[in-house]
Amino acid sequence: MRVVIVGCGRVGAQLARLLLADGHQVTVVDKDSASFGRLGSDFAGEVVLGTGIDEDVLLRAGIEEAAALVAVTSGDNTNVMAAQVAKEIFGVPKVICRVDDPLREEIYRSLGLETICATVWQANHIRESLEGRGAGGEPCM
Amino acid sequence: MYVIVVGGGKVGYYLAKSLGEEKQEVLIIEQDAQRCRALSDELGVNVMQGDGCEASTMEEAGMGRADVVVAVTGDDEDNLVVCQVAKQKFNVARTVARLNNPKNEKIFRKLGIDVTVSSTELILSQIERVIPAQPLVHLLSLRNVGVSFVELEVLPGSPAEGRPLRELGIPDDCIFPLVIRGGDQAIIPYGDTELQVGDHVVAVTSEASADTLRRILRG
Repeated sequence: MRVVIVGCGRVGAQLARLLLADGHQVTVVDKDSASFGRLGSDFAGEVVLGTGIDEDVLLRAGIEEAAALVAVTSGDNTNVMAAQVAKEIFGVPKVICRVDDPLREEIYRSLGLETICATVWQANHIRESLEGRGAGGEPCM
Repeated sequence: MYVIVVGGGKVGYYLAKSLGEEKQEVLIIEQDAQRCRALSDELGVNVMQGDGCEASTMEEAGMGRADVVVAVTGDDEDNLVVCQVAKQKFNVARTVARLNNPKNEKIFRKLGIDVTVSSTELILSQIERVIPAQPLVHLLSLRNVGVSFVELEVLPGSPAEGRPLRELGIPDDCIFPLVIRGGDQAIIPYGDTELQVGDHVVAVTSEASADTLRRILRG
């Protein structure tokens, strides 16, 4: 499937490489061209320079044909806006967004966005690990 | 009336100043501590330091009893989140957002933000007035009902020149209440009225038909 990833930080770059290895078509969007260096010189996907909340930038990234959009920049607000533009304006079938602030995550989940909160997820895993329950439990999202 | 202004830049500053002069209760939420001190010293209005996008800051600011929340930071995504959280979590009746990218108006409206103000768009409409090659000027947008008042000049070579209005294929959701000829003659047009080069046509149109209208009069 064709996937647009907004944000080429560690999470975005890692995800892009994984999806590409699984045979998906990947386009990565970031406003900082230096961040594309994280993808490695052998990256076979596409990159688009620009902010992922701008419709014109998303169009250049092929959002109209995308089966999924993942918003994983370090900015919660950028992620929820990119996700909502993808969902409401372009009707992208699968939209996932990263929201690090647990309170904001709760609000946007209640608004129908598929959200991932690394803060809660990591805290839970660390607690499980410390308390000897192992880290194999269900991720708390 | 209790108004919360998120973003203490220049727009937030003058907004709070004007509202303060009108004796409205105003609170500014601003992230930068130094800027907060300056705002508080200069304006004498309530200033709170914090991230206006965080629910805990909003709670502390008394968002629940705010009549209006105005988000005027320099970032559209922040303004969107402020207004959405204000609406969804605190049931604020009226939310106003500043837009930097005029194209974001569509998504903000779709997501329930009551009013958007784009200085880019306002300046653009002023420029459109003085550029002769640009034949469509937005006079007024009634966003809630999706209708715009626009003004178009009939330029030389326009396919509309010399033809009666009824033959132009004007969309159903669009009417011409007024044609101004020679700068001073007001014509209330009907189907037989023929347009001339230099006529200024005032049209009421749905936003969807504005482009069609432009094509009909410009070619």
